[in-house]
Amino acid sequence: MEEVDVEPTTTPIPGFDSNQKHLGFVWGPGDILVYETIYKASGGSAGGCPFVHEVRKDEDIYSPILRKLFNESHHIFVGLQRIREDLPSKNKKPQFVSISKNYRSVIRACMEELQQVAGIVSILLAVELIWNLCEVLFIDAAPAGSLVLHLLDWVRLHKADVDEKAREVLASESPAEHQAYWDVVISYVLQGRMDEARQVLVKQAALQPAARVMFKLLDNLLMKMPIFNPGETQTLTEFDVKWRHWREEVDHCLQDQSFASNRHLEDICKILVGDEDVLLEYKELLSTWYHFLVTRLLFSHPTVKPTELHYYAQSSMHMFLDTRSVPEPLDSILLAAFEFDIHQVIKDCSIALNNWWFVGHLTDLLDHCKLLQSHNLHFGSNLREFLLLEYASGLFTHHSLWQLAVDYFDHCPEFGRVYLELQIERVPLDTERKALKVIRICEQRQMTEQVRSICKIMAKKALRNNRLGSALSWSIRAKDAAFATLISERFLQDYCAKGTFSDLDLIDNLGPAMLLSDRLTFLGKYREFHRLYGEKRFSDAAKLLLSLMTAKIAPHSFWMTLLTDALPLLEQKEVIFSADQTHELMFCLEELTSGKSVPTPDRPMQDEDIETTKIELLRLALARNLAMAIVKEGTVEV
Amino acid sequence: MEGINAKYVSKKISKTRWRPVSSSSLQQPDIFATGSWDNEDNSISIWSIGENGVSSMGDEFEGDPQLLCEYKHNGDVLDLQFLDQDRIVTASSTGAVTIFRHHHNSQTLSVSQLWERAHHYPCNNAPCTGVVCNSPEIVTVGEDGRIMLFRADQEGVLRTIEKADSSAIHAVTFLRTTEILTVNSIGQLKLWDFRQPGNEPSQILSLGGASRTGDRVPLHCVDRHPNQQHIVATGGQDGMLCIWDVRQGNMPISLMEAHTSEMWEVHFHPSNPGHLFSCSEDGSLLHWETSSNTDTPSFLQGGRNTSIISRSAIAPTGGNQSLINAWLTGDSSKGHLETTHMLPSQMLSVNSLDVLGQCLVCGTDGEAIYVNRHVPI
Repeated sequence: MEEVDVEPTTTPIPGFDSNQKHLGFVWGPGDILVYETIYKASGGSAGGCPFVHEVRKDEDIYSPILRKLFNESHHIFVGLQRIREDLPSKNKKPQFVSISKNYRSVIRACMEELQQVAGIVSILLAVELIWNLCEVLFIDAAPAGSLVLHLLDWVRLHKADVDEKAREVLASESPAEHQAYWDVVISYVLQGRMDEARQVLVKQAALQPAARVMFKLLDNLLMKMPIFNPGETQTLTEFDVKWRHWREEVDHCLQDQSFASNRHLEDICKILVGDEDVLLEYKELLSTWYHFLVTRLLFSHPTVKPTELHYYAQSSMHMFLDTRSVPEPLDSILLAAFEFDIHQVIKDCSIALNNWWFVGHLTDLLDHCKLLQSHNLHFGSNLREFLLLEYASGLFTHHSLWQLAVDYFDHCPEFGRVYLELQIERVPLDTERKALKVIRICEQRQMTEQVRSICKIMAKKALRNNRLGSALSWSIRAKDAAFATLISERFLQDYCAKGTFSDLDLIDNLGPAMLLSDRLTFLGKYREFHRLYGEKRFSDAAKLLLSLMTAKIAPHSFWMTLLTDALPLLEQKEVIFSADQTHELMFCLEELTSGKSVPTPDRPMQDEDIETTKIELLRLALARNLAMAIVKEGTVEV
Repeated sequence: MEGINAKYVSKKISKTRWRPVSSSSLQQPDIFATGSWDNEDNSISIWSIGENGVSSMGDEFEGDPQLLCEYKHNGDVLDLQFLDQDRIVTASSTGAVTIFRHHHNSQTLSVSQLWERAHHYPCNNAPCTGVVCNSPEIVTVGEDGRIMLFRADQEGVLRTIEKADSSAIHAVTFLRTTEILTVNSIGQLKLWDFRQPGNEPSQILSLGGASRTGDRVPLHCVDRHPNQQHIVATGGQDGMLCIWDVRQGNMPISLMEAHTSEMWEVHFHPSNPGHLFSCSEDGSLLHWETSSNTDTPSFLQGGRNTSIISRSAIAPTGGNQSLINAWLTGDSSKGHLETTHMLPSQMLSVNSLDVLGQCLVCGTDGEAIYVNRHVPI
């Protein structure tokens, strides 16, 4: 067995004393059911406890605001899957970048709404930070030169308090004398926002006309700082040369002691040459090691290549953080990103977060960018599929979000279908409408077994509530002949018991559904017989009745009833059954009675009597009818 | 598809309805109600889309719907109607029919009346699937095959039609003040006349052999033409839109392929009946438009049109030659019928829609509400 990466957390169960009793448990799809057993820790057994506890790891899916995250990201996910495969990857990169930005804006929108709930907000902040870095490094894959610019953007986005402070300072009566004035200026410089820094510096320059020359000098230096412009024809080497010239100029000013009289200005100058000790003095303004890293790169190595990043990242982290403090999970994840170790990033994120949402979507996007080597896991599926399956399975446990999970399973080629088949049958079906939606999902994916089983559940429910019409419509949907037969039997039983049909509106209007099962066909035809009889179309009725028996549509058990129904037709004054037809009726009667010739001792005497009377009546009527029919047919009109 | 905003609301929406505006005023509707389903705690909510005051051309920034108030609802909201300006009737999956009152001053909702076991089986509750009102009368139908008639402000049941149907009744609509039309899960339309005693429908219509597969297709929604009381549109499990003339026999006047799965709701535009809207499980919302006298056939005019195969079986019975003929012929090659998709693709099921004036609101299983304030009518 592999070693665990982190110490597992313990969750205490309320009201349970582990010293006294043993705990039993069983795994569910997203949670564990835990119960107290009767076994004592010291051996022997004692009385049980009636409680069963449900322990759930992922509370997030039940937060109403995070639900918006899941829904919106589902929409983006589905859109991503449908990007055409045949486009060359060069054209797809901007699409992927914009999809990554979409995901991030969804996270940000959630954060804005969640301002009150501190815990989740900080997690989302971290998540967005990591995603943004992954977008810069992996998806956008900025080359040397633009890399630093993108990283600068990244840092600026996540350090928004500078603007707030600046607003405060500038809004005050005398900005240059504000307590936080120099903090603002230096923060701007640290973030590479030279224009804003210059604008704020002007306020101070106005206050100190004597030092005007100094301020002008600094302003000049700030203005002339070369910034790499990827659009221009300037190559990286040209930019490097320019930048080195500029740096030399700044160094020159430092050596000249031009700013010796103003400590702040001197510090700014030292920052501009990338003096690490000075940078570290402003730890508070930088607040994070990665800000320190980016600032360091900006002023010392603006042409840094992506492959060199990790070296600077590690050293920055060591320089910035106390050697005593333990690196936080976020720090190691960012470090792994700077080292371009995608798998490590994903692994660390999986451990740190309690929900598969982030790793699932990020891995999927990276997979689409073809950045993940096919890293086959032990049981055959790849990393992307594994994470998506985990995420979707978690969604399926939610009473409402299960519908989103279906699309995720669809896009897991190896195991998605199997997972879906197993999970979809367990969705609770309270109303017909929900059942219809679930069935539609199954039908669209040709999961006929699941369709049948769901329809059968609904049909049985309907049958239990005596809703025969509903039950029939469910059997038709499932094309379940066996159940249709069952329903027809119920109808016929009702008829035998009550003498009339219930639910005539259903039987009269069966339409082509009648052909689903033999019994159902019989039911329809039998009802038609009654209708014909009611309309006094006796010869048609008679023909139908006979065909029901001779074509073997009617079940044997029903033949007696049919023959009894034939009685009034036989007793009519007018001859309805022809001689041939009467012969056939007699034949049917013989077939029926031949099986009953042996009297059974346990049948009560009255039944026997009724049966024999009926048969005798029938025989008499048939004989009479035969006689009249022969006479009628034999008569020749003169 | 301009002018459509998505608002994610963390609950699957089963019904959306505009609050009625008085017919005399030319105001656009600004308040709508939604009901949720498939949640552990379902609720009905009232939303406002704010002032429609000064609108400029191409107004990009349209106000998001704002939640005014919300109230817990037992069971899924299977149908929702405004009884009047202040009261909403809902049909629940627990079989209960509830009247909520919206207090405008305090922006709160409260339960004004409740019939708890309006629909039930002998042992269980049965979901109440449809409600329609003609203030103060309320008619409800359910999976138990019963039709119930209530009056607001009166405790008891005014009338029950027991065993109205042996299968589940899915929707109901008023044809006249005393006549209703129901559709059920074996594909039948039944007319009921309240003036007559007894439990028998006055007429039964069904799809005969005219449907695609020859099967009886369950019907899910029905709506009556606003001006012609005998024209109704229905939609069912196979996504086909059928227009019926209830005076005429057993066949629909026209059948049009609309959606690829169940059609959940169909609505004629209340003031402009040449327009029809339908929404479906396949995530699309179609706007059907009868345009008269165009030289170019509609399917060449651009926009996202679906192809329509219509099998118009019976020619319309003479008489009124107005726009309704376009529905009755349903013949796209004459350039009479044009459909447009109103929502972006790849959506989960659109469960409900409502249209009033120039505003359209719909709710989806993706837990989102879409509002369009500039429907081209």
